[in-house]
Amino acid sequence: MTRKSGQILIPFLSILSALLVSCLVIAMAGRDPMMIFSKMFHLTLGSSYGIGQVVFRMTTLIFAGLAVAIPFRLRLFNVGAEGQLQMGAFAAAMTGAMLPSTLPSLVSIPLCIIMAMASGACWALLSGLLKVRFGVNEVIATIMLNFIAQGLTGYLLTYHFAMPSTVHTAPINASATIPSFYTVTGWFANSPANLTTILSLSLALFFQFLLFQSRFGYEMRAAGLQPEAARYGGINAGMHTLVAMGIGGAAAGMGASNIVLSYKHYYEAGMSGGIGFTGIAVALLAGAHPLWIVLSAFFFGFLEYGGLTVNAYIPKDIFMMIEAITILLVIAFSALGKRME
Amino acid sequence: MAPAVQLSDISKKFGSFLANDNISLSVEEGTIHAIVGENGAGKSTLTKIIYGMHRPTSGEMAIRGKTVNFASPREAIDAGIGMVHQHFMLAAELSVAENIMLGNEHTRLFGRLAMKSLKELILNDAANYGLPIDPDAPVGSLSVGEEQRVEILKVLFRQATIMIFDEPTAVLTPSETERLFATLRTLRDKGKTIILITHKLDEVLAVADQVSVMRKGNIVGTMPASSVTKAELARMMVGRSVLLQVKNPPASPTETVLTLKKLSWLTLKGEEKLHEISLNVRAGEIYGIAGVEGNGQSELLQALWGLTPAGTKLSGEALLKGKSLIGKNPAEIALMGVSHIPENRLRHAVIVDYTVSENLLFGRHREDSFHKGIGFDSHAVNRNAGKMIADYDIRCTSPALQPLSALSGGNQQKVVLARELNRPSISLLILAHPTRGVDIGAIETIHNKIIEARQNGMAIILLSSELEELIALSTRIGCLFKGSIQHEFSQDEVERKRGSDREFQKEIGLHIT
Repeated sequence: MTRKSGQILIPFLSILSALLVSCLVIAMAGRDPMMIFSKMFHLTLGSSYGIGQVVFRMTTLIFAGLAVAIPFRLRLFNVGAEGQLQMGAFAAAMTGAMLPSTLPSLVSIPLCIIMAMASGACWALLSGLLKVRFGVNEVIATIMLNFIAQGLTGYLLTYHFAMPSTVHTAPINASATIPSFYTVTGWFANSPANLTTILSLSLALFFQFLLFQSRFGYEMRAAGLQPEAARYGGINAGMHTLVAMGIGGAAAGMGASNIVLSYKHYYEAGMSGGIGFTGIAVALLAGAHPLWIVLSAFFFGFLEYGGLTVNAYIPKDIFMMIEAITILLVIAFSALGKRME
Repeated sequence: MAPAVQLSDISKKFGSFLANDNISLSVEEGTIHAIVGENGAGKSTLTKIIYGMHRPTSGEMAIRGKTVNFASPREAIDAGIGMVHQHFMLAAELSVAENIMLGNEHTRLFGRLAMKSLKELILNDAANYGLPIDPDAPVGSLSVGEEQRVEILKVLFRQATIMIFDEPTAVLTPSETERLFATLRTLRDKGKTIILITHKLDEVLAVADQVSVMRKGNIVGTMPASSVTKAELARMMVGRSVLLQVKNPPASPTETVLTLKKLSWLTLKGEEKLHEISLNVRAGEIYGIAGVEGNGQSELLQALWGLTPAGTKLSGEALLKGKSLIGKNPAEIALMGVSHIPENRLRHAVIVDYTVSENLLFGRHREDSFHKGIGFDSHAVNRNAGKMIADYDIRCTSPALQPLSALSGGNQQKVVLARELNRPSISLLILAHPTRGVDIGAIETIHNKIIEARQNGMAIILLSSELEELIALSTRIGCLFKGSIQHEFSQDEVERKRGSDREFQKEIGLHIT
């Protein structure tokens, strides 16, 4: 098998085998897998509302996937997209609520997004610094920073910024709200899919360009493939580590625009809901390729929303298992693909 | 009498690659039989089959007339076959005697070791075969030559009668090599059969009785070593006639480019790796540095290329045309007009997953002429690649798509050489082991290009463990031993002594041991 065909084949094989295992699990839970899957397809891709829901989930997953993929190119495993997203979401919500409501949308939306990106980037840069300065493994650093982010946002929310007798912050100004596709173009019925999707697709395109067309990407990929050769070639690997983590964190933070600025309009405890972790699977399935991440995020978005739609027929727990099994199979298959090369 | 080793129609396939193709060979009892060939000719595969590490895809092997089918080296060892590996397999913490016994303790797991009788046995073997050694010395304290003796004693201890030597002289100094040859002859005279794998043709002619030449998985000829010349062997190996000695017209060096003044290197632990090295390299000359590996070569290279590990203390001066190189990083040093071809090309000089064109750019990707916007100018990159591929005869099919890993070792080498020699306004070239791992056929091109660069006024500092290569290329030679330059041969001396290669090698050998 050639390398190119392997790169395409492996992800599809992993998805296929995941579907087969899922069928088995559903059958063991006493349900008819064909019925469940046909219902699922019908309720997701069969209606414009369903598609909108999948697109909405895809959007956050693209950001989370990119947050993992860019550091991955440098052999850095960013397990911290979850925390970076939380920090970004909190920053976006605070900024959106505190800005003067008279500011026009063209100013307040970008400001909120920039604040979200900056918080995510700073959070990720902390682990980058720990790595470069003290040699702390980035997996451990990002996991710990996830806990800290959760604690920090939780504390700030509960003791300082929560609206009385709720678990969320004050809503953001109307001018800081990103409109949904439905209000602008009339697409996707009443689903939460919004203009952030365009932003996420542009970001994926931009990263594709950055990695494979720019000199910066040439250096970065070299530093990831052969760190020692990069050193001999005069490439500053430490700088690239910091930049990759920073970019990744910023991408994770940007995910806030989809869930805070356009959907919830406030920060709420637990609103990131593990999206950062699913981002790892998104990036791995796509082989850390920015453009493939769009497809991979769509697949996981479909799975996530699809699970909700068949809730009435199959317990949520079963679907949680199916999603995790899919992720495991994806990782196992991509490891297998590496070995076959 | 049946031959010691008889191979009949042995083939070995790895996937679709035929490493050994219908090989028939007989090695007579009590002879030194050399097998020569370029990298990838199939020598190691063949020896691994004899030693039981690989199973042949087809064909038969017989030891002293008895058909065998080894499933593991253990079975080969039981049949009396021993192997002295190129990379020694010794435990540095254990003593010589313990290393020799390792894996052959002749006792139960918790039984008592018969150390005393073992030592007697070792001393006995050592005296018989001219392999003096102290059985109690820890292996970590031995020189490379002594370590090799331990490996040989280990094989003898296991009662081997057929001994395979894989590139045994790669790590030895000239005098150690002579000593090894004496041992090989003694072993043969006492009835052992020796299979010697090498690519150094001089050695074959000096020590072997029979020689077999391999090319592309085939044995292209077997003949008595006394009936063949070096040039004939080289031609059989490559498949065409090759020039063994590069034309090296007298050099006419001009102004000084690199000056080292009392350069010393102190590690974090306080070990002195370089001791007050003072030398200068002029434009239009090749300054060769001779020495056995581990005498400060890598430190010297790292110091000149701005890659000193954290905690290292450098003292003294390293000046390029009056400007200090110390404290600068590789990118800054390159910008000053220095080019570096590191020793381990695959790890340090190329990105094997990048395409050939991208590799012809690596390290030079900061040069403006390749830039367009924030990316690269693909026309300039392709033009650059096309020109170098033609100039250096790099064999590849589609440089813009083919990853470098798809090229042969010699061609990868040429990629690095082409890129580094063509840096704009380069005044100093740091060159380490330029032909290590390179086939005879490609050595010719590489040597000619190095001389050509010198003729164009480049100052070149050349590190190589192959004395033959140093003598052929250098204008002056400095002898590096234990971190300092022990002796320097002047241009006059080098050019005069180049004709009498062997004596000159021995003379240099005296200064590096």
